[in-house]
Amino acid sequence: MTIHFHREMESVKSQILRLGTMVEEQLYHAIRAVEELDEDLAKTVISQDDRIDQKEVEIEEECLKVLALHQPVAIDLRLLVAVMKINSDLERIGDTASNIADTVAYLKANQSDSRKSFAFRTMADKARALFKRSLDSLINMDEQLATEVCAGDAEIDELHRSMYEMVEEGIKSHPENVGVYLRYLRISRNLERVGDHATNIAEDVLYMARGHIFRHVHEN
Amino acid sequence: MLATMEYKETEQATATSVKVHVEGLRFFYGASEALHGITLDIPEKQVTALIGPSGCGKSTFLRTLNRMNDLIENTRVEGLVEVLGDNIYAPGYDLAELRRRVGMVFQRSNPFPKTIFENIAYGPRIHGVRDRATLEEIVEKSLRNAALWDEVKDRMNQSALGLSGGQQQRLCIARALAVDPEVILMDEPASALDPRSTAAVEDLILELRNQYTIVIVTHNMQQASRVSDFTAFFYEGDLVELGKTPNLFTCPREKRTEDYITGRFG
Repeated sequence: MTIHFHREMESVKSQILRLGTMVEEQLYHAIRAVEELDEDLAKTVISQDDRIDQKEVEIEEECLKVLALHQPVAIDLRLLVAVMKINSDLERIGDTASNIADTVAYLKANQSDSRKSFAFRTMADKARALFKRSLDSLINMDEQLATEVCAGDAEIDELHRSMYEMVEEGIKSHPENVGVYLRYLRISRNLERVGDHATNIAEDVLYMARGHIFRHVHEN
Repeated sequence: MLATMEYKETEQATATSVKVHVEGLRFFYGASEALHGITLDIPEKQVTALIGPSGCGKSTFLRTLNRMNDLIENTRVEGLVEVLGDNIYAPGYDLAELRRRVGMVFQRSNPFPKTIFENIAYGPRIHGVRDRATLEEIVEKSLRNAALWDEVKDRMNQSALGLSGGQQQRLCIARALAVDPEVILMDEPASALDPRSTAAVEDLILELRNQYTIVIVTHNMQQASRVSDFTAFFYEGDLVELGKTPNLFTCPREKRTEDYITGRFG
């Protein structure tokens, strides 16, 4: 019984890490698709989102099963609760990848010089790195790294704010490119959301490791 | 934040008064030491669950609280056990009075081979209640408190042995209540019952908590988490950890507690 239970817990862990890898790949491809205006890659990202959704449901069902059948406590309970929450954050990051990829067709059809002012690369790199670090903190149960992730989100928020100003200026000075600017804003907003979800994941890692809820504490 | 939670926990434990105070309790079966200096307070009108693997000393500890271990030959107690402020191991301490103030419910229900009425009336009679009307009143009140009255009120003169296992256990709880104790000790009270009777006994424990101080030994950790306010984890004769039940089961402080409750040893 106990061996069986621990085997199921291991399976839950490896499944959430697998989903993490899938989502990381999706985000990487979405960013590359925008960068290279690669419509095929963008379409693949959008179509692959279903797999992520499916995996999310599978993991949630697995967690519910373990909760119902084994009534875990202490670290096992905290791990399952954290996995369920991280699971939905990963699914949402999958959605952001899809949203980013969704802008590629329009941006390719409406290429303009405004692209130079769009500091997309810096923000994308930072968001991806933060997400990757949140996954690393999960894999290694690394409290220190998780704490750093929580602090790192502010930088991405700041980049999003300057992006917003850039878009506002751009629309004023080049109203003919409004569609392009709105897509930049959409990409920026989605990258900003990636940072938020990475923070959520890191907070759940901290909960798992420490046993008390860390959320909102670092904000004060 | 954690520090704040611990602070609140301590605050709560001291806010209610302590019914049982144990300090440096050591217990010996012959030369073998079964409890190695237990210090623990049992708060009033709360349920305290004692958990731990077989042989960890939890039942021995429970039985020291009403001197049931006195019945076992060649045993010895060191340290202090105060129940309701009195040192119960002091020379000349009134054992009959102790048993009245500290009721006990055992693993296997053990009704007397008498009628339902007589089972409950037995204790009060021993303590000098003779008046029939008073006895009837005590019997009804005890059975009501044990959530058994509605099921047995029309068969008070039938043998208690005709009741189901779950009913017999609640009868034994009613019998313990009849002498108006302040503390109730329960040693695996539901381990021989089916899930439905177990649920009835657990509901009853939660009801009784409002009036009595309850200490329960259980092997069933889900049961401990369902019915208790505080949980004490015993291991190899030591008290490893005592904490508020929700905290102990979500984030125990000690590694040994975590290993035990998550099934990693024990």
